[in-house]
Amino acid sequence: MSPDFAITLVYIGYALAVLLTFGAVLTWVERKQAALMSDRIGANRAYLRIPFTQVKLIWLGLFHGMADGLKLLLKEDFKPVTYDKLGYALGPWLAFTPVVLVFAVIPFGGTLNPGLLFPGLADWFGGRTYPMQIAPLDAGLLVVFAFGGIAIIGAMLAGWSSSNKFSMLGALRAGSQLISYELVMGLTILGLILIWGTVDLDAMVRQQSGTVLGFLPAWGIVYQPIAAILFLTAGIAENKRIPFDLPEAESELISGYFTEYSAMKQGMFMLSEFIEIAVIGALFTTLFLGGYNLPWLTDAGFVFPGGGTIELGHGTVVAIQVVTFLAKVFLLCSFQILIRWTLPRFRWDQLLSFAWKFLLPLSIANLVVTAVAVWALT
Amino acid sequence: MSSRKPYVRKRYWNEPEMGWYERAYFFEVWRGVRITGGVFLANLWKFMTGRKGALTAYYPEETRADYAAHNRGKHILTQRPDGRPQCVACNMCATVCPAQVIEIDAAFDPDDPSHPKYPSRFEIDYSRCVFCGLCVEACPEDAIRMVKETPDLPGFDRDRMWLKQEELLNWQPKQDVAKPYPDAGAGRTRGAP
Repeated sequence: MSPDFAITLVYIGYALAVLLTFGAVLTWVERKQAALMSDRIGANRAYLRIPFTQVKLIWLGLFHGMADGLKLLLKEDFKPVTYDKLGYALGPWLAFTPVVLVFAVIPFGGTLNPGLLFPGLADWFGGRTYPMQIAPLDAGLLVVFAFGGIAIIGAMLAGWSSSNKFSMLGALRAGSQLISYELVMGLTILGLILIWGTVDLDAMVRQQSGTVLGFLPAWGIVYQPIAAILFLTAGIAENKRIPFDLPEAESELISGYFTEYSAMKQGMFMLSEFIEIAVIGALFTTLFLGGYNLPWLTDAGFVFPGGGTIELGHGTVVAIQVVTFLAKVFLLCSFQILIRWTLPRFRWDQLLSFAWKFLLPLSIANLVVTAVAVWALT
Repeated sequence: MSSRKPYVRKRYWNEPEMGWYERAYFFEVWRGVRITGGVFLANLWKFMTGRKGALTAYYPEETRADYAAHNRGKHILTQRPDGRPQCVACNMCATVCPAQVIEIDAAFDPDDPSHPKYPSRFEIDYSRCVFCGLCVEACPEDAIRMVKETPDLPGFDRDRMWLKQEELLNWQPKQDVAKPYPDAGAGRTRGAP
């Protein structure tokens, strides 16, 4: 096994572990946060009993997620009489896989020098360094949008092949909504691409490591505050969550395009929704919040503008960067859940006019202003 | 045909009007998020400092302290000074009970001329009891009462929701009975039947 391959395998394992953990934990976070927001207690009854004892581990209801997952796995997998069995079976996978794959191009840490971390393997690694990113692609941002496009196919295929009118309506809504907001998302990002002159996510994050005007971190949100708001809005719409949950609107369409799915297939739609919260958080962190960067943290340690420095070892710096990234992602997930439990659902015409008459002109105006500013400054 | 007027939507005097500020949507979203986020952070802080951010009682581990004094809770059987039940097994409560949950077996105690009839079995099926309090009103001897709390009311098994006589008799204030008894049982060594 070559060192590159080993490192990539470790990264993939890490990414999968992080995403699935986020998917599982966010179900709990969502319930608890919603409860706290509305002066309630939240789910706190499921427990694990240590065998042969009466010790019950409740842990603030953390095991409700496990109980739900187990229930979904053990339920009957009811299948409708549909003419498109292949499409029906493919639907959840096409909705789930692209969401996970997007994480491949997101840098979740700085540069890793495994020879420094494991001196015993230093010869094998030969002093090579690796950016902490599964696929260090030049076209990272384009990959993100490509996979975002595939997710539309998953939702539409699921709704189409269920042979159910509610699913069908949900699929149509999902298609038009996702295409509209994908457009807004792409146009908001163009401003950032103009500023940084690259679509490589790792290069973008590296350019966000300094400070502006001496005290502000050089994060994307400082350069492009409007784009940040628009991107988060479009991201929540991409994820089909309240206030943009028209494709699955319970009160109108039962549960929209996955009405006919049961057991773990339905669970995969739910899981992909929760993982997408984390992925949108990770994308927003990467583009607008400086990714793994903390102000004044360099590869050698903290270097403060007043002249003070704190020397840190390579392992410590890597750990700080990874934890910083996860913390930012978690805060954004929590913010998305806050939005979800605050706003009521749009009406369908409001949703589309919001995208085409409000967000799109705003993002184009933002792009024009950015282009003029970049042209004037260079 | 031509005389029909086109439909004109009625305008109300207090129709909501949205200015540019409301139409821009993001400002109002920010206002809403500040409210809910404030509640969330306040409750999170309470929760992290060991308080509850809600009025909810963790029933059945916790019971509320503010039950009304006349709340109809769990049944108890009042006791004579020697600890035996005041009940004379007249079956009035069992007769009046609309849910028919009270079962009484009467027995005869020849050694106690002032209270010869007593219940050898007095059981209440709590899975069916409706807590109407008619048994308390029907009792001529003030032998059955309802306290305001309902400790250990929930259960996982219907068969175990029968309230037995020992449990009914573990009410502590023994002197609080309406009917004074001659000390017929004084000095008796025999335990309660």
